[in-house]
Amino acid sequence: MSETKSEHRADSASGAAAIPGDRGGPANSNDPGGPSGPGGLFARIGARTAQRSPAAVSWFRQAALLPVLVVILVVGALQSSAFFTVNNLVSGVGQQVSALGVTVVGESLILLIGGMDLSLESTYGLAPMIAAWLIVPKLAFGSGAMLSPYLGILILLAIGAAVGLVNGLLIVKVRLNGFIVTLGMTVLLAGVQNGVVHGQSPYELPSAFSYLGNAFVGQVPVSLLVAGAIFVLTGVFLRYHRVGRSIYAIGGNPEAARAAGIKVDRVKIGVYVAGSVFAALGGLMEAGKVSSVTVQQGYQEGIIFTVFAAAVIGGVSLRGGRGGMVGAASGVILLGLVQNVIDLAQVSNYWQLAISGTVILFALALARVVGGEASAD
Amino acid sequence: MTAARTGTAAVEAVGIHKSFGPTHALRGIDLALEPGRCLGLVGRNGAGKSTLVSILSGLLAADAGGVRFGGEPAPPAGAVHAWRERIATVHQHSMVVPDLTVAENVFLGRLRQRRGAPGWRPVAWRAVRAEARRTLADWGLDIDADAPCRGLTVEQRQLVEIARAVASGSRCLLLDEPTAALEHDAVGRLFERVRQLTASGVAVLYISHHLEEVFEICDEVAVLRDGSLVLSAPAGELSRERLVAAMVGPVPVREIDERLSQLDLSGARAEEAATAGHLLEVRDLAAESPHGALHEVSLQVAAGEQVGVVGLISSGVVTLGRIVAGADRADAGAVLLAGRALKNGRRDAALRAGVGYIPEDRRAEGFVGLLSIAENVTMTVADRLARAGRGVLAPRALERAAAPLAGALSVAAASLKQPVAELSGGNQQKVTVARALIRDPKLVVAVTPTRGVDVASKELLLGALRAAAERGAGVLLATDDLDDIEHCDRVVVLVRGRVAARFRRAGGSGAPFDREALIAATEGLDAPQPREQAQPHPREQPQGPDELDREDGRA
Repeated sequence: MSETKSEHRADSASGAAAIPGDRGGPANSNDPGGPSGPGGLFARIGARTAQRSPAAVSWFRQAALLPVLVVILVVGALQSSAFFTVNNLVSGVGQQVSALGVTVVGESLILLIGGMDLSLESTYGLAPMIAAWLIVPKLAFGSGAMLSPYLGILILLAIGAAVGLVNGLLIVKVRLNGFIVTLGMTVLLAGVQNGVVHGQSPYELPSAFSYLGNAFVGQVPVSLLVAGAIFVLTGVFLRYHRVGRSIYAIGGNPEAARAAGIKVDRVKIGVYVAGSVFAALGGLMEAGKVSSVTVQQGYQEGIIFTVFAAAVIGGVSLRGGRGGMVGAASGVILLGLVQNVIDLAQVSNYWQLAISGTVILFALALARVVGGEASAD
Repeated sequence: MTAARTGTAAVEAVGIHKSFGPTHALRGIDLALEPGRCLGLVGRNGAGKSTLVSILSGLLAADAGGVRFGGEPAPPAGAVHAWRERIATVHQHSMVVPDLTVAENVFLGRLRQRRGAPGWRPVAWRAVRAEARRTLADWGLDIDADAPCRGLTVEQRQLVEIARAVASGSRCLLLDEPTAALEHDAVGRLFERVRQLTASGVAVLYISHHLEEVFEICDEVAVLRDGSLVLSAPAGELSRERLVAAMVGPVPVREIDERLSQLDLSGARAEEAATAGHLLEVRDLAAESPHGALHEVSLQVAAGEQVGVVGLISSGVVTLGRIVAGADRADAGAVLLAGRALKNGRRDAALRAGVGYIPEDRRAEGFVGLLSIAENVTMTVADRLARAGRGVLAPRALERAAAPLAGALSVAAASLKQPVAELSGGNQQKVTVARALIRDPKLVVAVTPTRGVDVASKELLLGALRAAAERGAGVLLATDDLDDIEHCDRVVVLVRGRVAARFRRAGGSGAPFDREALIAATEGLDAPQPREQAQPHPREQPQGPDELDREDGRA
């Protein structure tokens, strides 16, 4: 066994040398701060973030969008005197981003477990469509069933839950690829949304049904209050609840989570269900805001791209396990403000998309620079 | 064509040195392989076999010395095709591309092309198929050249690799643990092929952990130990004892009767008599697994007892540990904890029943790198902490809960908030161990817990398992490292997924286990056999266990 013996000797020598150094602090505590020269600044920023405690790092990363938000606020104020008013920012932008925001909460949860769901946009359209179809009169393109609006809202949530459950089971239990499953699902649901009303848009929504989307408390839209509450509660849930923590564990390393006795499959399916329910709720807000459910709502508007952009700009990693509600919220606010500035500047309709796309790419690059290597991936 | 070269070695290693950082992997290897001969290369894990194979096949360049083929210097490093024409390797794990046909695999990377403009030379499919069919027929291989490899058995895939080797024109063949994945009958058929190859003048280097195979198939045997060639002799002139002694190395001579007293010759029967009241009972476990198959494995662990399960890495030790922990499913058999059957393949249920688990591959299963030490350590008790906090898992509560154990295992970190990804390997392992122990498990399953950690951490980890046993927990330690089982009360040896031998700890001041008998058992010298005869033979051996090992442990 001279073989093992000599290994031991080498090990014990290096081990003895390494241990006092180890106790001195983290491995990178005396990192000089990255190379100088071109790129040195970014490298140094990255090195600095690595030294912070994880909580500080996550706040730092999540706050990476603050400078961008400030720039947009300045640009908006210079552009139009109507921009910096409560009426515009709270009532206008606030109402506009709520529906998107609630959907982004759903997508962020799914991204955190390392999944992705393209079908949220169709749930966002289909759930309110079916509900509205069941409650409005035939003349307003309803089914004639004339159900109570409260029952309609329950049905809407149930549709969300059912879609999420099917997605979750197909992805987790049948082990199909999440991208393809939800791609197929989004097309299927959009088809149902169109088919059930033969391309018509039910209107004359009862006030109980549209309350969430169009009511105001003073100048503050109810949808903004509800969306804000959902962000805060989800954030607290993720940070302080056992299941919230296991979402991070699963996204960070599913095998380690499983080995630690976390019910990985159950949590994953639950997150797909929750994500779709949030999307359905976002759809309810959107429907209430415009007092009708159009065939375009969701899939044909292509909102899933905005949803992903908001989450990723906000620091929620597409690889799972990273990000939080502060970042997701700032991503949503940023995109809402950009849209608002473009609207106020009366940019030609033909060019609006190009500008939005440019801003998204710019914000992503900036988040990467400020937040370091790990953000916006 | 080989006749011209007779007398010249087909492949020759001349004074090969190779270092990886401070590790001297090979220290001047001289080795010659004659045409038409089969040379067995044996040595324990870490002896340098893989490094030598990589250098002989051109995957690694030697620091000093060189390789010669038929007396001529080897092609330059990186000239892949030139190397392949001289020497071919059949790897332990299948290297066929499952979705391509047999013919395409046989000519992988060197498909015959038609003439054409540069950049557009279409594959000459008809010639490729015909040539593959001819090669297969020449060697009597009954495989359809047009079939996709996906549908082939493990044995057939290996034959495709051998066909690839001979079709490349190479007259040297490296077989790296070729029988590891084969059934018993297939091993015999493989040996027929090897004899056929050597008869045609091919030189074969046969690397194996199974010494009985080496005696059966090889003309000569070379033993590597600690990077040096310590023995090279015709197989017929070697005794098993001498071979094992060469692999193990020089150790102080010990009293034979003392060594005999360490062997638990009645182990199996003693266990059967005392099945009642065991903490863990594993009954007739069988499983197919990429970690190694299991066949009808039974064992028991009592409360407060440490039981080691040792064997080569593909022998099924890892599979056994994973199944008991609930991380893998068994195909048959049962795992009972305190008399109650554990749900098959349900890690979460096993955790709640009281099974702590230290997984084999830390990076894959041991921790979540992005999360803090506190969070990782408390991951297994999150339900209890949440109950205590009325549903709230406050970060501070996690730190308070994790602190005592992290302190006891001396996890070196700036704070418990630090992400585990930033820690050194040894500290990451400590986090994994703490995660398993914090729930105060009735049974701890540890799979190769000391792999890749320094010697100080190693002692600490094994000490933690011993402490758990002293608190009354049972410990099941599945490992391929014989140094890990020093504290165990009993040891079960697995060979090819079957229990090959059982040992009981010796009393007195000597080494707890006879390392030589253990090594002989794990290398398959006495196995596989029916259980009644499964005791290691207490042969007369010139050497005893290595006592210096324990001195090193103290250092």
